[in-house]
Amino acid sequence: MRSGHLDPIDRAIVAALQRGVPTVERPFAELAASLETTEEAVVARLARLIDAGVVGRFAPMLDAEKLGGAVTLCAVAVPADRLEEVAARLAALPEVAHNYERAHRFNMWFVLAVERPEQLATAIARIEAETGLAVLDLPKLEEYRLELVLPV
Amino acid sequence: MLDPVDRRILVASQDGLPLCVEPFAELARALGLPQTELLDRLRRLRERGVIRRIAAVPNHYRLGFLANAMTVWDVDDREVSRLGPEVGALPFVSHCYRRPRRPPDWPYNLFAMVHGRSRAETEGHRAEIAALLGNACRASDVLYSTRILKKAGLRLALEPPASPEMSACSA
Repeated sequence: MRSGHLDPIDRAIVAALQRGVPTVERPFAELAASLETTEEAVVARLARLIDAGVVGRFAPMLDAEKLGGAVTLCAVAVPADRLEEVAARLAALPEVAHNYERAHRFNMWFVLAVERPEQLATAIARIEAETGLAVLDLPKLEEYRLELVLPV
Repeated sequence: MLDPVDRRILVASQDGLPLCVEPFAELARALGLPQTELLDRLRRLRERGVIRRIAAVPNHYRLGFLANAMTVWDVDDREVSRLGPEVGALPFVSHCYRRPRRPPDWPYNLFAMVHGRSRAETEGHRAEIAALLGNACRASDVLYSTRILKKAGLRLALEPPASPEMSACSA
């Protein structure tokens, strides 16, 4: 199932579910009714979308700061022949929430998310020690938009 | 911050809720909690903002958004707090933040994530941001993502991380 193979009901389900479900006993009931289908059909399609990698996971999205923790964006300039090694080291650290390769001198960009603010400095020091690379630490100073919903 | 029951709920659900018509009933059974207590706790966590929402995380690429870029801008410090929200309000911008410059390596202080179905579409979005920023912007760059290397979100462990105050007390 590539993007071209999503039918309009799949797209409506992804669009609705990225905004979230209510915290009720039957969270898919309203969506199923609006699509004139059954909750079982919505769940079956969601399972298929997850299998196909269109949806990464269906879960509570947590806010590290509201938990008393902290988040920062980091970048490293990784030599081309070390990309896989450094990516694997970062993937192994639980503090790394996500990591993207980007076309730039700073070619690896990752977000650290931790439950206690002091864990950020520890994680950055550890990454610098393990990789020998300088980490650019770019914490947010102001948030103008955090809206993960994409038009589907 | 999280009591042990809240933590068990979040650890048990962070990789994904059960895929069934009554996922909270299923999760409650697995945790040995009454469903009403589970739902009450989830609602309270949402009210506190600890849970932003209970939702699907889409893969941009698989949805046809093939040109995902971090656009970065060096915007006059006197203007950035006024212009940032305007950039953030553009429909193709998913995240927008002010971050520190790190001279000489990194001269940019405004970050806007932009998504398009093609590079041409994304470059058009970028031109729109440039026009909005006008003379307040001294330099800019664009960093297209070429690979998702990890996408997990904040990870909670069943045991909370040790606090430095506690380790100081026990020392």
